[in-house]
Amino acid sequence: MKRIRIPLSASYVINLALMAAVLVFGNLIMSSGMVGRAQRSVILLVGIYMILAVSLNVATGYLGQLPLGHAGFMAVGGYAGAIFWKSGLLQQGPLMLVAGLLAAGLVAALFGVAIGIPALRLRGDYLAIITLGFGEIIRVAIINLPSITGGTPGLKNIPKYSTFVVVYACVMLSCIVIHMVMKSRHGRAILSIRENEIAAESCGINTTYYKVMAFALSAFFAGIAGALYAGNQGILVPSGFDFMMSINILVMVVLGGMGSMVGSLIAAAILTSLPLALQGFSDYRMILYSLLLIIVMVFKPSGLMGTYDFSMRRILGKVGTRILYGHKDEGGIAP
Amino acid sequence: MLFFSQLINGLQLGSIYALVALGYSMVYGIITLLNFAHGDVIMVGGYIALLVITSGVNPALAVLFSIVGCVILAVVIEKMAYKPLRSAPRISLLITAIGVSMLLQNLAQFFFTANARPFPTGAILPTSNIALFGGLQISVIALVTILVSVVSMLILTFLVHKTKVGKAMRAVSEDGGAAQLMGINVNNTISFTFAVGAALAGIGAILYCCRYPLVSPTMGSLLGLKAFVAAVLGGIGSIPGAMAGGFAIGLAEVLVTALGLSTWADGVVFAVLIIVLLLKPTGFMGRSIMEKV
Repeated sequence: MKRIRIPLSASYVINLALMAAVLVFGNLIMSSGMVGRAQRSVILLVGIYMILAVSLNVATGYLGQLPLGHAGFMAVGGYAGAIFWKSGLLQQGPLMLVAGLLAAGLVAALFGVAIGIPALRLRGDYLAIITLGFGEIIRVAIINLPSITGGTPGLKNIPKYSTFVVVYACVMLSCIVIHMVMKSRHGRAILSIRENEIAAESCGINTTYYKVMAFALSAFFAGIAGALYAGNQGILVPSGFDFMMSINILVMVVLGGMGSMVGSLIAAAILTSLPLALQGFSDYRMILYSLLLIIVMVFKPSGLMGTYDFSMRRILGKVGTRILYGHKDEGGIAP
Repeated sequence: MLFFSQLINGLQLGSIYALVALGYSMVYGIITLLNFAHGDVIMVGGYIALLVITSGVNPALAVLFSIVGCVILAVVIEKMAYKPLRSAPRISLLITAIGVSMLLQNLAQFFFTANARPFPTGAILPTSNIALFGGLQISVIALVTILVSVVSMLILTFLVHKTKVGKAMRAVSEDGGAAQLMGINVNNTISFTFAVGAALAGIGAILYCCRYPLVSPTMGSLLGLKAFVAAVLGGIGSIPGAMAGGFAIGLAEVLVTALGLSTWADGVVFAVLIIVLLLKPTGFMGRSIMEKV
């Protein structure tokens, strides 16, 4: 039984080409006038929620913790990015955009470390509660510091940097970086903590270090998503970052399947575009949404995709095997 | 004088939090689920009471209907949404609870609109004050709230520690599998725990509506969140802990508001929680469980 295996270097080229093609074609479609304003805004929001879901998946799916304060990191990043963009430190342009996104990510990651060190001493549900607490405190602090954040009425006139290409390039970059980290030695350490913390510790893994690292990584991309959100809306209000926002992101991760990146992406796309699709039934929309959530959880508790992860290389290998040798590739270990 | 009235205020709020916290605490103790829908069960209790009072029936019946309605609702939720997930990962159970919470909120919004409705407090309790020694005054509502909570908690302690079904509850929370081997009907015991928690929620709903006389579809979410914080603060699974946590949160909130920092009140509640959890990771009165290798 012969099988085709795509070499790793070739698969990098294929993947990069596919991503570039998605960006170029997407941009063509978006600028061709075929999509209306409402659709355009939903498409951008889908991208932003994809980053949020994938980043929360690091802490939930891979590290196995249950943070309920993801909206807090998003808020920190959003405000940091927006304030940076408004400050006029650099000329408006691509450099400003990248610097603002990096600033947003770094500030959020800093908060992630600062919150992670005390919070990760606790386990399981206590960790969930304490991150929930930090998330709420961040929101209350934003409301009560109007000189910096604009307070309850919000931070207005944020430059609109979030175009289709910017948002989806960030989606792809965050997926690539998270994928690469998770396939590295550090990623295996993080996974081992999820499987059994005590066993990991006795194998010489510095569990505190890796937990905080995963937490910071998760916060970093949440911060970038927050900045993109700010650049999409043009205005930031603290009530947008409440507990329900954290829950919405968590729902995406769990519904997609914890530890499955493609699951997070699909769930983010479905749940964000669902309200638009159900516009005709606006009265029942949220009722349907919550019923759907309960039904999926009752009948498929592991989420839509389980722990399955998409690999272009594997799929191409299977298709190639079938075409060239005419038999089904059963997988297994390479000859 | 002012201090005394603020103290009573805090105790009143705290005892409502304590009643609600008990529901969280008992459910967590028995199936380790953060029951996010508990706050919304209280919201439904509030609406039931409101409907009974405005329909012109004897207001005393509102209390009864609210309690019975909450109990039925909680048991139905448990049987329909939580029971199929007994062996599923805990986070799936948590998401289901969040789903139920959203469902209840949106159903309430669908039937009663998103607008808050005024709650006729006077129909249930007189809104007058009682004079105490030294010119101090206490409102009837505050007095009744504190008394009802304390009595409910005494009854609950008796139920859990002195009756057969209480013994079953403690056994299931200790080790569900072993309890089943000893001939305890685990499913019924879990349903009973939900029912007891919901009965307390029904009482809490009336008392909460008497203090903040507005009923709205989202009234349960923040109340539930704070009560849950109280349960964790006191040590989850412990009855006196829930009471202590409830009073601590209520007093902290009233104190911060009295100092003129009301916009910080929610932040302070969570800050207290974080500090306590960092110093004593299982709360005031929680048992610490050693993890065996």
